[in-house]
Amino acid sequence: MLFHTRNSGAARVSAIAALAVSVALVATACSGGSTGGSGGGGEGGGGDVTVTFLPKNLGNPYFDTSSKGGKAAVEEFGGTFQEVGPSEATPDAQVSYINTATQQAVSALVVSANDPKAICDALNEARDADVKVVTFDSDTNTDCRDIFINQASAEGIAKAQVDLITEQIGDSGEIAILSAAANATNQNAWIELMKEDLAANHPNVKLVDTVYGDDDDQTSFDKTAALLQSHPNLKGIVSPTTVGIAAAARYLQTSEYKGKVAVTGLGTPNQMRDFVEDGTVTAFALWNPEDLGYLAAFAADALVKGDITGKAGDKFEAGKLGSFEVAEDGVVLLGDPTVFNKENIGDFDF
Amino acid sequence: MTSVATPDTRRTNAPGPKKGNALTAGIGHFFKARETSILIAIVVVVVVATTKNPSFVFSTDGWRDLLLTPSILVLVAVGQAMVIITRSVDLSVGSTLGLTAYLTGRLFIDVPGIPIIVVFVAGVAFGAFLGLINGALVAFAKVPALVITLGTLYAYRGINVLWAGSDRINASDLPKPFLALGTGSILSIPLLTILALIVLVIAAWYMRNTRGGREFYAIGSDPDAAKLYGLRVTRRILLAFVASGALAGLAGVLYAARYGTVNSQAGSGWELDAVGAAVIGGVAIFGGSGTVWGAALGAVLLLTINRALPIIGVPDFWQRAVVGVLIIGAIVLDRLLSLRQSRKLLEARDDTDV
Repeated sequence: MLFHTRNSGAARVSAIAALAVSVALVATACSGGSTGGSGGGGEGGGGDVTVTFLPKNLGNPYFDTSSKGGKAAVEEFGGTFQEVGPSEATPDAQVSYINTATQQAVSALVVSANDPKAICDALNEARDADVKVVTFDSDTNTDCRDIFINQASAEGIAKAQVDLITEQIGDSGEIAILSAAANATNQNAWIELMKEDLAANHPNVKLVDTVYGDDDDQTSFDKTAALLQSHPNLKGIVSPTTVGIAAAARYLQTSEYKGKVAVTGLGTPNQMRDFVEDGTVTAFALWNPEDLGYLAAFAADALVKGDITGKAGDKFEAGKLGSFEVAEDGVVLLGDPTVFNKENIGDFDF
Repeated sequence: MTSVATPDTRRTNAPGPKKGNALTAGIGHFFKARETSILIAIVVVVVVATTKNPSFVFSTDGWRDLLLTPSILVLVAVGQAMVIITRSVDLSVGSTLGLTAYLTGRLFIDVPGIPIIVVFVAGVAFGAFLGLINGALVAFAKVPALVITLGTLYAYRGINVLWAGSDRINASDLPKPFLALGTGSILSIPLLTILALIVLVIAAWYMRNTRGGREFYAIGSDPDAAKLYGLRVTRRILLAFVASGALAGLAGVLYAARYGTVNSQAGSGWELDAVGAAVIGGVAIFGGSGTVWGAALGAVLLLTINRALPIIGVPDFWQRAVVGVLIIGAIVLDRLLSLRQSRKLLEARDDTDV
């Protein structure tokens, strides 16, 4: 027994040692990488703005696109751009990167938070060291950042989808909704708003069914088949979830209903490319992550230059996107979702 | 009808009190066979759904989906039945399917121009390898398969999540001819259905007619007796798990072809459908009895009911409950039938003794 305990103690020590070594390695690796990135910016330029983008994880096409927009914006206002991030989107993985950025005294940190609380302390330390903090895509608690760039409002998302489907079916006929899980908060909020919009502005469009594909490819696929069979007069399907719209389009692609039933909703260009190019889907919507990164970078710049402080009513210019105003709780809304169709889908890769 | 030749040890061992001619015996056997009741249930479901909505059968999509939707599950259920017949269970099939489906997508992305047949071989071989790990752990470590495969269910899924992360395979990543396999058909019979039928016939023939197949039943009926008798139990159990893994692997490749989108959660929950299909199809959960035909019919019934319920007008939320009632009903029926059978066997033995 004693021997056993001692043995497991030794094992634990070696485990901790291994952990320590790997932490050290990771730390060296990231500080090494980041130093290279900020070399010319922070100290040399004086008035130069250094913006560090910290997405949820690297190698994710969505964030590759937002960083692309951020980089373009930073180049536009003549600052220094760098991107760092963990390979896995785990809650505390971002902390070490935030600490490194603080030590480097970058001007602003643009973060998509993996967790609203886990990175709060690190962010507030950064703010104490006069680093401006902008969150985008996923917010932290409001007291840990200066500004949150919100990709879309629930109203905007609902309206974009209602506009798309009513336009595609000629503003009359039966439609159905293929949602995610029955208890998905976002989707349910959007569906409620879509129902209100339909009732108020599109009296000839009838929502006949709402089914739930649980954000599972196969379930969504089979639910689409069931929708088409049980509603022979169906003219359109709206799927406010990226999994659902791709599954519905995939079913429709080889179905006799192709071209007769419209599918639209929220999807990513990479998922939907095939279906848009062969005409199964005419158009769908999503916010544009490139614009999101672009706006976040301009917001960071405005904070650094002192044009805004993050309080409601502050106004700033964001290059090609125009003028924006800060709302309650330091939230800036990107605007209406972007509509993707045959003409523009080739320009996007996320 | 295929079910005539059902090798059900429970029933074939029963000495018939009176010997009629072969035809009547055959017909009698057909109506008593468990597979027949499943077949009748399928027909009833299809007829009811078609009466309600003729396009359930009489439309291009309806006819195709009727045959196509159960095809992939049939493959997994056949493998599952082989494992259950040896008194084991393979809960990792869903994870094996998901991992192979992702592998399929990665192969097409990372090796441009790779021949489709190579991807099929790779998928089946990889599935068989995952099955071999299960089989080896069960056969050599002597831990119940329920525990081992529950472990590999999570382990394989974990590898999949680690590998895929938030990435996914999109339909545009896969070659068009490969995707066409998932929906294409010959003489209005979908290719996937033809493939599933071929696999089913081979597995059924093996299980019924070969010495190896019969040993599966012997091991499942009484593992200790099988061992004492000198059957190579370890080898048979390994084979059963390899077969189940290989079929789940094949199903994974076909999953990618049919659904076109694969993320790290593909195939989760399939193990329950596969076990459910086998149980509904009359494969005794404690081994030694049942057929792969039954499991295949169970798979068809399960998914056809799933498709029919929304058409009959059962709300979304109740559909799973109906499937649950069906599984419990199948097990209760199985239990009642086997009780009656053993009572009859006892009576028959008493009669012979006198």
